[in-house]
Amino acid sequence: MSQLALVIDLNVCVGCHACVTSCKEWNTSGTAGYMSDDRPYGEDPTGTFFNRVQTFEIGEYPNTDTVHFPKSCLHCEDPPCVPVCPTGASYKRPEDGIVLVDYDKCIGCKYCSWACPYGVRELDEHQKVMKKCTLCVDRIYDQSLPEAERKPACVMACPTSARLFGDVHDPESEVSIAIRESGGFALMPEWGTHPANHYLPRRKTQITIHKDELVRADNPLKKEGKLPKPDINEPSLDDVTSW
Amino acid sequence: MHPAFSVILLTTLIGAGQGLFLALYTGESYSVVELLPPQSSQFYALGSAIAVVFLIGGLAASFFHLGHPERAWRSAAMWRTSWLSREVIVLPLVIGLIALYGLAHYLRLDLKIFGVETNVRGDLTLLIGAAGSLATFGLFICTGMIYACIKFLQEWHSPLTVINYILLGTACGFTLATAFAVYGAPDLVNFYGAWAIIITLAALVTRAASLIRNARIRHKSSLRTAIGVRHSKITQKSQGLMGGSFNTREFFHGTPLWFFRSVKWIFLVLVFPVPVALLLAGLLGHSLTLLYTAFVVQYAGLLAERWFFFAQANHPQNLYYQTVG
Amino acid sequence: MTVSTKQSGPANENVEVKNTTCYMCACRCGIRVTLRDGEVRYIEGNPDHPLNKGPLNKGVICAKGASGIMKQYSPARLTKPLRRKAGAERGAGEFEEITWDEAFALVEERLRHIRETDPKRFALFTGRDQMQAVTGLFAKQFGTPNYAAHGGFCSVNMAAGMIYTIGGSFWEFGGPDLERAKLFVMIGTAEDHHSNPLKIAISKFKRNGGKFISINPVRTGYSAIADEWVPIKPGTDGALFLALINEIINQGLFDREFLVQYTNAAQLVNMDERSDEFGMLVRTEIPEEEGCFDPQNKLWWDRHTDKAVITHRDGADPRLMGGFQLEDGTPVKPSFQLLVERVKEYTPEWAEGITGIPAGTIRRLAHEMGVTARDQKIELPIAWTDIWGKDHESVTGSPVAFHAMRGLAAHSNGFHTIRALSILMTMLGTIDAPGGFRHKPPFPRPIPPCAKTPDRPEAVKPNSVLDGMPLGWPAEPDDLFVDDNGGPVRIDKAFSWEYPLAVHGLMHNVITNAWRGDPYPIDTLLIFMANMAWNSTMNTVEVRNMLNDKNEDGEFKIPFLIVCDAFQSEMTAFADLVLPDTTYLERHDVMSMLDRPISEYDGPMDSVRIPVVPPKGECKPFQEVLIELGSRLQLPAFVDNNGKRKYRDYPDFITNYETEPGSGIGFLAGWRGKGGEKFMRGEPNPNQWAMYEKNNCIYHYELPKSFQYLRNWNKGYLEWSQRHRLTRYAEPILIHLYSEVLQQFRLAAQGKTIGKQPPPHLRKRIETYFDPLPFYYEPLEAQLSDKHRYPLNALTQRPMAMYHSWDSQNAWLRQIHAHNYLYMSPELGRKGGFDDGDWVWAESMWGKVRCMCRFSEAVEPGTVWTWNAIGKAAGAWNLEPTANEARKGFLLNHLISEELPSGTGGRHMSNSDPVTGQAGWYDVRVRVYKDDDQEPGSLPQFAPVAPVPGEEPRRRPWLAYFAGRRK
Ligand SMILES: Nc1nc2c(c(=O)[nH]1)N[C@H]1C(S)=C(S)[C@@H](COP(=O)(O)OP(=O)(O)OC[C@H]3O[C@@H](n4cnc5c(=O)[nH]c(N)nc54)[C@H](O)[C@@H]3O)O[C@H]1N2
Ligand SMILES: Nc1nc2c(c(=O)[nH]1)N[C@H]1C(S)=C(S)[C@@H](COP(=O)(O)OP(=O)(O)OC[C@H]3O[C@@H](n4cnc5c(=O)[nH]c(N)nc54)[C@H](O)[C@@H]3O)O[C@H]1N2
Ligand code: SF4
Ligand code: SF4
Ligand code: SF4
Ligand code: SF4
Ligand code: SF4
Ligand SMILES: [Mo]
Repeated sequence: MSQLALVIDLNVCVGCHACVTSCKEWNTSGTAGYMSDDRPYGEDPTGTFFNRVQTFEIGEYPNTDTVHFPKSCLHCEDPPCVPVCPTGASYKRPEDGIVLVDYDKCIGCKYCSWACPYGVRELDEHQKVMKKCTLCVDRIYDQSLPEAERKPACVMACPTSARLFGDVHDPESEVSIAIRESGGFALMPEWGTHPANHYLPRRKTQITIHKDELVRADNPLKKEGKLPKPDINEPSLDDVTSW
Repeated sequence: MHPAFSVILLTTLIGAGQGLFLALYTGESYSVVELLPPQSSQFYALGSAIAVVFLIGGLAASFFHLGHPERAWRSAAMWRTSWLSREVIVLPLVIGLIALYGLAHYLRLDLKIFGVETNVRGDLTLLIGAAGSLATFGLFICTGMIYACIKFLQEWHSPLTVINYILLGTACGFTLATAFAVYGAPDLVNFYGAWAIIITLAALVTRAASLIRNARIRHKSSLRTAIGVRHSKITQKSQGLMGGSFNTREFFHGTPLWFFRSVKWIFLVLVFPVPVALLLAGLLGHSLTLLYTAFVVQYAGLLAERWFFFAQANHPQNLYYQTVG
Repeated sequence: MTVSTKQSGPANENVEVKNTTCYMCACRCGIRVTLRDGEVRYIEGNPDHPLNKGPLNKGVICAKGASGIMKQYSPARLTKPLRRKAGAERGAGEFEEITWDEAFALVEERLRHIRETDPKRFALFTGRDQMQAVTGLFAKQFGTPNYAAHGGFCSVNMAAGMIYTIGGSFWEFGGPDLERAKLFVMIGTAEDHHSNPLKIAISKFKRNGGKFISINPVRTGYSAIADEWVPIKPGTDGALFLALINEIINQGLFDREFLVQYTNAAQLVNMDERSDEFGMLVRTEIPEEEGCFDPQNKLWWDRHTDKAVITHRDGADPRLMGGFQLEDGTPVKPSFQLLVERVKEYTPEWAEGITGIPAGTIRRLAHEMGVTARDQKIELPIAWTDIWGKDHESVTGSPVAFHAMRGLAAHSNGFHTIRALSILMTMLGTIDAPGGFRHKPPFPRPIPPCAKTPDRPEAVKPNSVLDGMPLGWPAEPDDLFVDDNGGPVRIDKAFSWEYPLAVHGLMHNVITNAWRGDPYPIDTLLIFMANMAWNSTMNTVEVRNMLNDKNEDGEFKIPFLIVCDAFQSEMTAFADLVLPDTTYLERHDVMSMLDRPISEYDGPMDSVRIPVVPPKGECKPFQEVLIELGSRLQLPAFVDNNGKRKYRDYPDFITNYETEPGSGIGFLAGWRGKGGEKFMRGEPNPNQWAMYEKNNCIYHYELPKSFQYLRNWNKGYLEWSQRHRLTRYAEPILIHLYSEVLQQFRLAAQGKTIGKQPPPHLRKRIETYFDPLPFYYEPLEAQLSDKHRYPLNALTQRPMAMYHSWDSQNAWLRQIHAHNYLYMSPELGRKGGFDDGDWVWAESMWGKVRCMCRFSEAVEPGTVWTWNAIGKAAGAWNLEPTANEARKGFLLNHLISEELPSGTGGRHMSNSDPVTGQAGWYDVRVRVYKDDDQEPGSLPQFAPVAPVPGEEPRRRPWLAYFAGRRK
């Protein structure tokens, strides 16, 4: 059984929000209908989004890290949002593990959103149904798109390729390799939801310079007769005559 | 969590209705074994009608909670997994059984109409009532479990949630029954009153227990687990949106701390000591007004209790929605 | 949910897909637009466009680009020409609609009169547009010198500082080669002009294991993913670079070979203080052809023969250090020696005190740069020939790349800071070499580039074309555009002694100068695509007053104000005449070789926009307006010999315009020649647009590999570019480590020259700031500020999801940034007794704003910052007056002055770099204190403006965008 998912590389995400608006853009005129916005030109504009990018600061100045953190439905392998849904509108597709909401069945009771620890479901205030990331199910199987474009809109958009897409059950997939080799982790593992989406941590590159690398035979100062030399008057062993 | 008024109404109204019905049925059962004098059919019929009104009121309130009430029928589908679905099935069942119970009383039906002869007075109503009681408990459990089953809402994820739903609903129902009995069954006033006080005090114990428990909860989730960074100092600088979203509306009570705290004291006073005192005074002083006041105060207190119940629950998703920036 | 797999497929809907070029920002990515029933359904990066090729995906886009739909269908769109209602105040935004015929007649009459009398009374200034070649052409043809685009307040320090040093620059003209770099140092960059490509490159770089260092007072955006963050005090980078150079010299970590061969480091400078040639490079007697290039007649001091020899003499190996005497007794030193002397006192310890960066860190950074450059040399098996005729078997480079932007540029010491950076890069040998800085054609240019402005006031004559370019690159004092008293000719005083190298003009002073009538009053100001009444002006409150200010006779001080914009901005409210422009999805545009093409390192590339939807309402592309006006006014370039209109419309103009009759050089480089068989140069091709359209709206010529590197002195490339007329001369462009251009200005200031000399009150200033070697000085405003009272630096940064003020009306983007906070160290709150989220006052010596604070550990404690241009004036952009942007958002610009405090060697000096006139946005000093009443609401506030005729009404409680099925 495959389990499609996103793997998000925090090491390269610059927090540009491309994934946020391209998701909105793709989905708002998609088959499932609009994603409404309230007070779009007024006070406290608000609307339905499937994906948000947040920012966290870690540590204290000057040892501060700034982490941009994109988050959409994690398509949990054991999704608590599904069994609680009274209508069956929330379901997990056995064939690819995508967790979806059937807008035609949903009664908008919001219960599933309570049952998601990650805060990724959003009730559309005008369509009155629960919405969430669909993993772009209407793109990824679209035979009319070229193969390379059968990926979620956010993945296509991401300028840093911080978003990988694939089958986390296939050990040879790009995503599985990334999780394995770059220390991929899941969010809030304490709840046993087994999110399919994973995150890759920050990795730091350092340069170490050994002392002897600094001074080298081909030092150009030599040519100028300027290789650092101690002053002739500085003390030396020559001044000691006890042998 | 954000306390939705429709859900507060739903749970308190059906709780009162369920409790009232349980009171009625307890009265009837006692009278069968002659521990209490039997009451008029009208008493049970009218009492059931009141219970049904409460339950239907709750049901109606619940519709306001739905985005698509016209599809509410669909919500019975997932009874295998969903407590909400179960509630949706059991609630009409409870209403139906109570209505039937009342109707049977009203029409003074007994098992004879099915050709079964027993020498138990009111055999049919007793049977329906038994089924109704079972269903009522089932409904309490369903309602409670809707909240208690969500494990990461740690304030709710406890048997105390279910117990509190049962005890608070029952207490409220018995208080109502006490006042109601003044009319049609003066013999039962003291009985109901005593039980109302006992159950209220029991509820105080369990509700206090849950308050104490909740005060001590160590939340399993933290920003560390939420974003997978191991560091003792993590602060959110931006939640990624500024004008609010479903996630900032649905999961926060959005009131100042002083208000939140006062609601707790308000409900603790209104649900427990005041009704008990009023009940006692009403019973001793034979004052209908005091007894009704006891119910009204307790019900009002329960509205506050339910508000607090929601507001106190700390959803881990809130870790992701803390800062506008 | 029924899952359709045919969402964008043509099967079930009336779906069309068209390619064009994005313009949600200046980056110009290729986009693919899907339309459903004629409405924009989806905008994505065009996967076949070179700018969109991400490391794993192709077709990337950004938050703004993906929100183009909300720009296209924004209710803030202007749809009709508007005239200010008679008697209405400017700024009140009260308009009546008029027809285009009326608008044209009005403008024609006015401009005709100006042109017949005094053309400089017409000023045309443009914002972040990408058509400076057309607007500049119009100005020149009109005969006014008063033309510039946004560059002067944007990043002219970057352009000038680097182009005057290495012949190319960051910005649109060059960038870091992150494919091959191992160490990447990004300085003062938040979100760049090369927005997506830089993101793509940084992530590739990180994935390849390179080390990414960010030097910035703030850690956000790109800096967030840096491996090392080096917080620095604003305005002090010059000190850092000079200290790095000091350490690199001390350790001998510089690339000697590179300095010797490709820079003027070894060239001998006349050290005879009594000589008029003092500080100039010594020249041989060999007479050289005169032209726009550096003649190769300078001297080296040869180590082997211990004699002065002509540079690049075979077998010679010059000294970089030391002092020598020529045969005629003239004392000389290699310019490198002067640099060594210059940086001597600029030790890491000294820099620590200024920058706040520990000396140890500075040393380490110098070592990391130097050792990586030296030990990890890249050698590509690409044979090439240098301009001196020497064959090389390979191209070598050092994998240390830098990138810098306005964090350096937007300080009044930025020019020298950027010169210092260019020299640092040069010392590491990373100029147009793999792994380092790479030029993008048509760069490198000669130092300085050849275009010149007129040099005397008589160049402006009634009914005549301007005799020179409105903007140019002075090479010496005589190139200045001044009158006989050394006074400015341009309204913004660019190219005068006040800002001699103001190569992009000083747009930030235009309104103030015109209002004051200094140097002279003007009649008509035409502003295109710039929000000069708000976020792109300094001193916003006062400038708004100036725009509405009247003379005693009741006439406006700036008599006529035309604004061309696509949206109801803060600026349009002040216009007498508003011209509604189209959006980028509705018009033809060119990203031209004559202006700022989208070239890549490997060769020239230009691109076009082709409309994907028809114009809304009566919107008309500004280019069409210019062509119409040019034709009506019979400006020579727009009419034939009989005075008849030459071009049908803008696309026709682009196809057929040639810089000179028969020059074969036009706006577009691709598919020239009758059948499209030529490029760069060739006769007009009637099918050129169609050919661009077929090719993803771009033309890209990939240079032969051997022409792709070291182009300043690559024979093959220089000759190629000469043949294709990118340049007139195929001469080497040696790096100006030592700037003779600057020295000439200094000599003039010292009275040692026979040509133009500065007026007395500016002599000292010119002498000080025209130093041929970079030096560190505190930004001018800081020098003049009471730093005790105003202890903090205040900065702005660009948010990635907003473009200046453009996106205010964008329903999606404004959910991400609806208002702004002032970010600061929690320390300030602790000292000032306020909390995160409290209302505080930020006050500079110029004014104060009330705003909300947000504590942050990611900011240097002496710095406060906010996002640029999020705050809005109430009612602008067709937002409701209660919108967060107006009520909670604030504009830092209120705290920034366009002029320096008086009494600084002059009357009314611009708050700008004394060399280039670059606006000193980030020099402002502030203090922050708690607001006592904590009433919510930012200050200052402005009276709300109402929607204008032609805009959609404001009532829009909610929105559900659903292309093809509008709800
Ligand atoms: N999304 C988006 N992209 C844009 C724009 C936009 O508005 N939005 N604008 C475009 C335009 S017009 C321009 S000019 C470019 C500008 O692109 P950038 O140059 O990246 O623009 P700024 O946001 O001004 O970034 C300045 C950075 O310098 C830092 N800084 C300030 N002072 C100093 C200093 O003294 N030293 C150092 N080391 N750092 C300092 C600031 O903290 C900030 O991070 O961006 C272009 N791209
Ligand atoms: N405090 C502070 N101020 C700054 C800066 C800073 O860093 N800090 N940065 C400065 C810099 S670098 C720059 S470049 C300037 C930018 O300043 P401006 O160039 O003035 O940029 P905007 O104000 O965003 O945009 C100008 C106008 O362009 C309009 N517009 C958008 N699309 C179109 C179109 O297709 N056609 C027409 N005709 N108009 C259109 C918008 O509606 C807007 O009114 O800001 C400067 N201001
Ligand atoms: S992330 Fe939330 S909504 Fe998505 S599958 Fe998991 S529990 Fe369900
Ligand atoms: S809101 Fe919709 S999807 Fe969620 S639990 Fe209710 S019916 Fe199911
Ligand atoms: S996968 Fe599709 S629906 Fe999910 S966040 Fe990405 S774009 Fe949105
Ligand atoms: S598009 Fe990519 S880089 Fe940008 S915020 Fe989303 S994940 Fe991060
Ligand atoms: S960076 Fe974004 S807004 Fe700018 S041109 Fe590219 S896609 Fe458009
Ligand atoms: Mo800019």
